[in-house]
Amino acid sequence: MKPPAFGYAAPSSLTEVTALLAEHDDLEPRVLAGGQSLVPLMNFRLAQPGYLVDLQHVEGLADIRLDGDTLSIGAMVRQSVAEDAPQVAAAAPLLAEALRFVAHRPVRNSGTIGGSLAHADPSAELPAVALAADAEMTLVGPAGVRRVPAAEFFVGPFETALRPGEVLSEVRFVRWPGSHAFVEFMRTHGSFAIAGVACLLDVDAAGTVRRAGIALSGVGPTPVRASATEQSLIGSVPDQDSIRSAVEATVAVLSPAGDVHGSTETRIDIARAYLRRAIEVALGRAGVEVAPHDGTRS
Amino acid sequence: MTRHDVTLTVNGRTRTVSVEARRLLVDLLRQDLGLPGTHTGCDHGVCGACTVLRDGASIRSCTTFAVQVDGSEIRTVEGLADGPTLHPLQEEFWDKQGLQCGYCTPGMLMRSVEILERDPDADPAQVREELAGNLCRCTGYKFITEAVCAAGRRMRADSAPLAEQARPAEVTS
Ligand SMILES: Cc1cc2nc3c(=O)[nH]c(=O)nc-3n(C[C@H](O)[C@H](O)[C@H](O)COP(=O)(O)OP(=O)(O)OC[C@H]3O[C@@H](n4cnc5c(N)ncnc54)[C@H](O)[C@@H]3O)c2cc1C
Ligand code: FES
Ligand code: FES
Repeated sequence: MKPPAFGYAAPSSLTEVTALLAEHDDLEPRVLAGGQSLVPLMNFRLAQPGYLVDLQHVEGLADIRLDGDTLSIGAMVRQSVAEDAPQVAAAAPLLAEALRFVAHRPVRNSGTIGGSLAHADPSAELPAVALAADAEMTLVGPAGVRRVPAAEFFVGPFETALRPGEVLSEVRFVRWPGSHAFVEFMRTHGSFAIAGVACLLDVDAAGTVRRAGIALSGVGPTPVRASATEQSLIGSVPDQDSIRSAVEATVAVLSPAGDVHGSTETRIDIARAYLRRAIEVALGRAGVEVAPHDGTRS
Repeated sequence: MTRHDVTLTVNGRTRTVSVEARRLLVDLLRQDLGLPGTHTGCDHGVCGACTVLRDGASIRSCTTFAVQVDGSEIRTVEGLADGPTLHPLQEEFWDKQGLQCGYCTPGMLMRSVEILERDPDADPAQVREELAGNLCRCTGYKFITEAVCAAGRRMRADSAPLAEQARPAEVTS
C-alpha cells in the first residue's frame, strides 16, 4: 500500500518553507511533521497532497525553552521528547501527563507537538490541554508572524486558524502555579479516547479556588472549554455538592455528536464522570481532601 | 517522478538509496535493501509489526517515509543477532515460547530492545503496558512478557551494558 506520487522538499528555514508552500500552491501542498496522522491518511489515499514540505530539518523548530515562567515548545519537538523533558515537567506538568495518553511510545517517538495541535482532532489530548492552559500558538506565514490563543486556534474538526501557506512554529505555555489533572476514557490504553478532561486548578491555603482552566476533548467539534464549571468553582471552597453543580453547569450545554465509538448519551455520561474526577484529582493534588470518586471505571 | 537520495545506516552499514518520496521506510528495508525481517501488518501505525529503531527510538516504519530517515541510524531485527549468537531477547522469546506464528515478533523484539534500554529493571506490569502498542494474535502476551523480563534479568546479570550486547556485528558485503 502506498500513496500516489508527490513532490517533496526538506528545507532548513521557515522562509524556504513558506516560499515552497506558495510555489506549489496548485498541488495542495502540506507540511509533513512526524507523519503519524498524515502518512496513515496518505497510505489509505484519504489525503492526496501533491507536495510535502518536510519540517524536520528546519532550524529552531525542535527546541524547548523555559524563560522565566514561559515555556516555549517548538512545533517539531517529538511528543516523547516533550514527555521526558524536565522543563515540561516543571512548567507544564498537565502536558506531560496528557502526553502519556497519546497513542503509544513508538508513535510518540515520531509524532510532534505541533503536528498534534495542527491536526486538531477533536478527540486528541493536546488541543484540550492547550485550551485549558490558555496556550498561545505562533503562526508563521508569508505575511509574517502572528500569535493566536488556543481559544481562537481550534475552529472545527481537523480545522484550525492556520491559513493556507502558514505554519505553526511553536506553542507557549505560561507556568501554572497550582495543580493539574488529565483523565480520559478509552477502550484500551493508547487508543483514541472517547472523551477526556484537562484540568488546572489554583487553590489557596484555605481551600478556595482562585483560578481554574478546564477543557474537554471528544464532546464537540473542537475541544470545549468548561467555562461554566470554572466560574462556578472560582471563589468557593468546593465540596461534593458544589462540584456536582459545577460539573452540571458544563454538561448541561454539551451536545456531542454520537458515533460508532460512543453515542451522544454515552459521551455526556463520560464527560460528567470524568470532569468530576479531574476536579477531584486536581484538588487532591493541591492537598484538598475530597471523597473518592463514585467508582466509574477508568 | 523525482527521486531523492537517502543515506542511512542500517544495522551498522551505511548505504545510499535513490527513492521516490512516497517510498515507505518498511518498503525501503524489505524491497530495496532485501531485509524482509520487518513485517507489515496494518500499514497505519496500529499493530507494531513494522517497528524498527531510529537513532535508538522505536518507530513505525509503515508510517514513515524513507526520505524522513535520511541521515539516521536504523536498527532492524536482522541486526539483533551477532552471527549465530542470538540476542538475549531472541533466546528468551524462543525459550519461553514468546512467539507462535512469528508475524508480530520482529516488532515485539525491536520495541522490547527500547523498553529494556530505557529500563532494564522493567517489571511485568510495566512491560505489558509498554508493549501495549504491539499486537499479537497468537500468544496472549503472557509468554512475551515473561520473555522480555527474563531477557532483562539476563542483561542485568551480564556486566556489559545492554547497548554493547545489542550492537550488531559489522555487516560485510
Ligand atoms: C496508532 C496511532 C494512534 C494514535 N493515537 C493518538 C491518540 O490517542 N491521541 C492523539 O492525540 N493522537 C494520536 N495519534 C496521532 C498522533 O498523535 C500524531 O502524531 C499527531 O496527531 C500528528 O502529529 P505529527 O507530528 O505526526 O503530524 P503529521 O502527521 O505530520 O501532520 C498532521 C497534520 O498537521 C499538519 N501539520 C503538522 N505540523 C504542522 C505545523 N507545524 N504547522 C502547520 N501544519 C502542520 C500536517 O500538514 C498534517 O495535515 C495516533 C496515531 C497513530 C498512528
Ligand atoms: S504495519 Fe506498521 S504499525 Fe502495523
Ligand atoms: S506470534 Fe503470531 S501474531 Fe504474535
